[in-house]
Formats: sequence, C-alpha cells, structure tokens
Amino acid sequence: MEITERHIEGLKEMLYKMADDQLIIGHRNSEWTGLGPMLEEDIAFSSMAQDKVGQSLALYELLHELGESEPDIVAFTRNDNQFHNCQLVELPIGEYDFSLVRHFFFDHAEALRFEMLSNSIYEPLAMVARKYRGEIKYHTMHADTWLKQLANGNEESFTRIQHSINEVFPYALGIFEPGNYEQELMEVNMFAGEIALRDAWYEKTSSLLTGMGYTVPAMDAVEPIFGGRFGKHTAHLQPLLEEMSEVFRIDPAADW
Amino acid sequence: MNLNKDQIQAWLDEVMDPEIPTISIVDLGIVTDIRIESSLDSTESVWVELTPTFSGCPALKIMEQLVKDKLSEKGIANIDVSTNFKTQWNTNMISEKGLAALKKHGLAPPPRFEGYLELDVLSDTPCPYCGSRNTEMKTPFGPTLCRSMHYCKNCLNAFEGFKPVG
Repeated sequence: MEITERHIEGLKEMLYKMADDQLIIGHRNSEWTGLGPMLEEDIAFSSMAQDKVGQSLALYELLHELGESEPDIVAFTRNDNQFHNCQLVELPIGEYDFSLVRHFFFDHAEALRFEMLSNSIYEPLAMVARKYRGEIKYHTMHADTWLKQLANGNEESFTRIQHSINEVFPYALGIFEPGNYEQELMEVNMFAGEIALRDAWYEKTSSLLTGMGYTVPAMDAVEPIFGGRFGKHTAHLQPLLEEMSEVFRIDPAADW
Repeated sequence: MNLNKDQIQAWLDEVMDPEIPTISIVDLGIVTDIRIESSLDSTESVWVELTPTFSGCPALKIMEQLVKDKLSEKGIANIDVSTNFKTQWNTNMISEKGLAALKKHGLAPPPRFEGYLELDVLSDTPCPYCGSRNTEMKTPFGPTLCRSMHYCKNCLNAFEGFKPVG
C-alpha cells in the first residue's frame, strides 16, 4: 500500500507522544537526583533520566526530519496543552514506592513498544527502536528487581507497593489511549497499534506481578485515565514545563 | 595526499574515548563508516559516521569534535562527521584489543554474547583485579551510562563493569 499524507500524520502523532513521554518521565526521574533513598538508587534514577532525555532527542530529531521545528524549540517552547505525553509520566514523584511502580509499568510498555517498532516499515524509526530496546532492558531489570525485593521485604513494603499498583494502574492504562490514526499505522505496518501493545503489556506485567505475590486489577474493571495524548493534562505538567525551560527562556541561544 | 580508509582508520585509532582514555573509538566499535572523495584539484573530503554507545551519552558531541580535530591535524581540509543509528552499536563490536584496554582501566569487560542478551550474565562478572567469578552485581547503574557496579567477594574490592548491551 502506498504511504499517503495521512500515514505521515499518524507517524508524527506517534513520534510526538513517544518523545514527550520520554522527555517528561526523564525530567521526573531526574528529580530523584540527590534525594534517592540510597546512593545506588539515586544513581539509578539519574542514569535512567539521562537515557530517557537522550532518547527523546533522537525522536524529536526524527520529527524534525519530517518538517517539525528544531528539537530544542519543540521541547522548550510549548505549553502543556500542546504536549502529547500520557498523564502517568507527569505526576509528581511522590514516595519511592509510587515512583518504582510507575517506572515498572511505564518501562515495560516502552520495552514492548520498541520491540514492536523494531519491525516498523518506517526504517529511521525502526533503527532507533532497535537501539532503545537494548538500553531499556536495564530499566525493566531495575524495576523488576525492586518490586520483587519489596514483595519479600516486610508487611509495610508489600502494602506500599500494592497500594501504588492500585493507584497507578488507571494512569498506566492511559499510556495506550488510541490516536487518530491507529488504522493508518496498522495498514502499512508502521505500528501494530495501541490495543495490541496494551494487551501484550498487560500479559507481561500482570504475570510478573502475580508471580511476586501482588494483585493486579482486571483491565475491564478500571476506567483508564485518558486525555494526555490530546493535550489534556493534570495541573502538575505546566509547573514542570516552566522549570524545565527556565534556562532556555533566559537565553535561547545559550551555548554549552 | 593519497588517502585510503586504512590510513584514516589508523588515525582514528589515536582518538581515545573521553571517559575511558585507554580505549580508542575504533576499538570501541563506534566508527561505522569512512568515505573518501577526491575532487579534480586533488583536495580530499572525508566523511566519518559514528554510532552512539548509549543514546543519552554526553560524550557523543565531544567524540565528533575529537574526530574533526584529529583529521584536520593530519591535514584534511573537508571533514564531515555525523552520528546516526544506521548501525546499532552493541558490545560485541568492541575489538579484542578494546576489551583488554577496558580491563587496563579497571573495568570488567562485557562478555561476548550470541542472539538475545540476557542480563543475568551480570551476576557473575569476573573481577578485573583477581579474576574471580565469586562476585555480586550491586547495581546496573554506575558513574556513566555504560558502567555497572560490582563487588568481589574473593579480593574484597568494589569494581565497575562495562555493561553488555545488545
């Protein structure tokens, strides 16, 4: 099938939500720098932040090649209603259990997304996805290790994680809010679609969590929190954007 | 000048990784393409393509600059260095000489792997000081994106490993 303007629009929509997810979760992860509960964890979240922000750059560059503005302009000059990240990634870091559970759900979704996109017909994206799927293994490994450890810790550690699973889950389902071009992306094999991704993700994460002894909500019992993909955000995003772009706004031409 | 790829490669072998100064960018495996073109007036242009080790690596831009500096020091007028993902770097692309260079820097070299890389291999990383496999991975994240942190239960040293990536 011939690639038309609608397919390119669908591709751009997908790239925007992926890049914005990476940038915002990267910023949130970096908020643990200096505050981690132990040195190794401080370094872990800081390293993951660096990965995520680096990965967002390559995705913004793909958008730039498709005619969008320069990465710095796109990253630092939009307001919250122009961002396409899911609401999950913009929520404040909360307590450590919350950040760990968000990290677990989000990174397993990313790992599977990159795996699926490794076969995308759009080769520039497939190349990037093949690269990222190697890097993100370290993120899912980190999340899995901690959730397992805390399941076997004491009653408080188990209860805290279980509580966060219940709290994060509806937001996590918001990762898979379908876009305007799901059919277009599927029909030319650019991407197998959000629903296919969601189902693979639920199978993976629920089997891991139940294996550790946690309870996972049934998918049809929970109302997903949608809106982020279409610019509808919580009150937490705009202050984050203002902080993130503070230096850029003082001097947009600053050289590093 | 009569340039060939081997000559360029030999020069790039003098460019060291800014974060691990014992290994060259050639041995690290990040130089993925070298092209040379001579124009009629015999000025030569050289294109070098690099691929990132980790996409968030802050040393990338520095390495591009180091390549430009090295080639201009060798008298090449037109130099173009770009970084892209056409070849996805993995740690199997580090040469044997490169693995030895990592060890010399006190980093446990990444193990060779075939097919899908299982990260379980990190749990018994050989200690770069005493060679023992009686070691424990403390965390897969270290002082730079490419390093993990370990502890040797034999010689009681903490050490860093160069993470396998595939």
